[in-house]
Amino acid sequence: MTDPAVETRSLTRRFGDLTAVRDLTLRIAPGEVFGLLGPNGSGKTTTIRMLCGLLEPSGGTARVAGVEVTEAPEAIKQRIGYMAQQVGLYEDLTVGENLDFYGGIYGLKHAARGARLAEVVAFLNLESRLDQLAGHLSGGWKQRLALGCALLHRPNVLFLDEPTAGVDPAARRNFWQAIYGIAAQGTTVLLTTHYMDEAERCQRLAMLSRGHLIALGTSTEVAAQVGGKTLEDAFILLQERDER
Amino acid sequence: MMPRFWPMFRKEFIQMRRDRLTLALMIGVPVIQLLMFGYAIQTDVRNLPTVVLDESRTPESRHLIHAFENTGNFRIVAQVDGRPALDAAFARGDAQAGIVVPADYPRDLLRGTTATVQIIVDASDPMSSQAALAAAAGVAQIRNLAILSAAAGRATLPLEARVRPRYNPGLRTAVYIVPGLVGVVLTMTMVIITAIAIARERERGTLEQLIVTPITKTELMLGKIAPYVGVGLVQMTAVLVLGRFVFAVPLTGSIWLLYGISIVFVVANLSLGLFISTLAQTQQQAMQMSFFLMLPSILLSGFMFPRQAMPLFFQWVGLALPLTHFLKVLRGILLKGVGLEALWPEVLVLTGFAVGLIGLAVSRFHKTLD
Repeated sequence: MTDPAVETRSLTRRFGDLTAVRDLTLRIAPGEVFGLLGPNGSGKTTTIRMLCGLLEPSGGTARVAGVEVTEAPEAIKQRIGYMAQQVGLYEDLTVGENLDFYGGIYGLKHAARGARLAEVVAFLNLESRLDQLAGHLSGGWKQRLALGCALLHRPNVLFLDEPTAGVDPAARRNFWQAIYGIAAQGTTVLLTTHYMDEAERCQRLAMLSRGHLIALGTSTEVAAQVGGKTLEDAFILLQERDER
Repeated sequence: MMPRFWPMFRKEFIQMRRDRLTLALMIGVPVIQLLMFGYAIQTDVRNLPTVVLDESRTPESRHLIHAFENTGNFRIVAQVDGRPALDAAFARGDAQAGIVVPADYPRDLLRGTTATVQIIVDASDPMSSQAALAAAAGVAQIRNLAILSAAAGRATLPLEARVRPRYNPGLRTAVYIVPGLVGVVLTMTMVIITAIAIARERERGTLEQLIVTPITKTELMLGKIAPYVGVGLVQMTAVLVLGRFVFAVPLTGSIWLLYGISIVFVVANLSLGLFISTLAQTQQQAMQMSFFLMLPSILLSGFMFPRQAMPLFFQWVGLALPLTHFLKVLRGILLKGVGLEALWPEVLVLTGFAVGLIGLAVSRFHKTLD
């Protein structure tokens, strides 16, 4: 078996008295599209932030793209791409300038940068928007540009935190086509969501509740493990249990 | 060496260029301040509105009042008949000085006993009352000397102190204020601009995105401040050119030395702003902290009030401000024409500030969200 792209062992994060993520153990294979599913506050964002080196784990270990996160948080940064819930675009820069900036920050040399930029622009159909200010883009286009910025350096693992929140269905479908395209090139995609249709598009899912791993597997397996006919049943069941 | 500095620099530069309002303010503020400080602030108070209560109404008393008027410090606005009218003029604010000549003034003068004249000043405004008191004392002294030498049969005075005001022969306030203003303007704008720079990235969510990239803390910090060094030098040039042509402020020393040291000072202020930026969570907090620093910089640096007159403790506080040291450099080069041989201690201190503050900012900044 090949080395996993992401591997966590008993990963835990506490904020004061609150344990946001507890004893999370996961293995994600290279090229997999993996979803973290759970209600608000279940620990999805905290997990992703720990894997990106944004938050230090309170316990446990995590390896991303062959590097121990706690030991070398800077070394993994060249190997991962990250798209936050609130996309980190410079709204006063144009689409082209945003891409060029992130290309430069990821150390793409001048000649190679131009070629790679053109490739990503073509892949995401951004040609017509290049000179538009990022702040003037609609939600779907912003999402796509943010994805482009996170892809420029060909990361081994791509982390997407609720990538399609607030985006219309057509834009979401486009976005998912892009994600499958990226995975087909061997990049592992780890995303969080609370949309059922989106969760069902992932090859495997981990369902989280109050920081615990509740179920793991394909969407039908997860639904069965939680005790619902469909994934949606399972999700609602879980949420009701949480609220009690 | 620092391959990610240039993309960062380029990005900051584009953002700066696109933010027209801020850019206009950064050039407009120095110009407005220069005109304001240069024209409005005069520490030598002249033309104080003065009321006269002349109880003697003799040629002698009129002669004396004329002497007061001739100093240029007093401008007679009214003659009053009695104390109540005098007090009322003060209370209304019509008068800030009053001259009372008693009825027996000419008689005492003639007899050789001490004649008195009363000068009343509105001391709720200390600067103008100081000037009035000094002028009044001067008038009395000159008349005393004239009377005494006449009595002693001498045509000349036994002693005369000849004062030569060096570096500012006309004793013009603008010559004193404008060089200092270069430092004040740079302090005000440079600290704020970088103080909000990182807080803004935090608020807009771009900082989180930057943290997950391989950019180093030093590349981030230096890339952020570098474009503003240029802005600082443009501001400084604007003040110097206007100061030269509008207020005839001289540039006696080396202009290259001045710009060289100014770059160090600008970097020190930008780094101070960055340090504030690492403490603040929001742009508003960053602004408040910058303003908190601004007041001591203006009051304690020696920009307006002489540091020698301050209690020791506040003199020390003043030494902790980069502006205090830079003012010496500005006045030294612009007015006195001195060079590095006189200014090296200030250069050393300013370099220390720049290096120390940027180090502090880099070490305070963490590439995590904790």
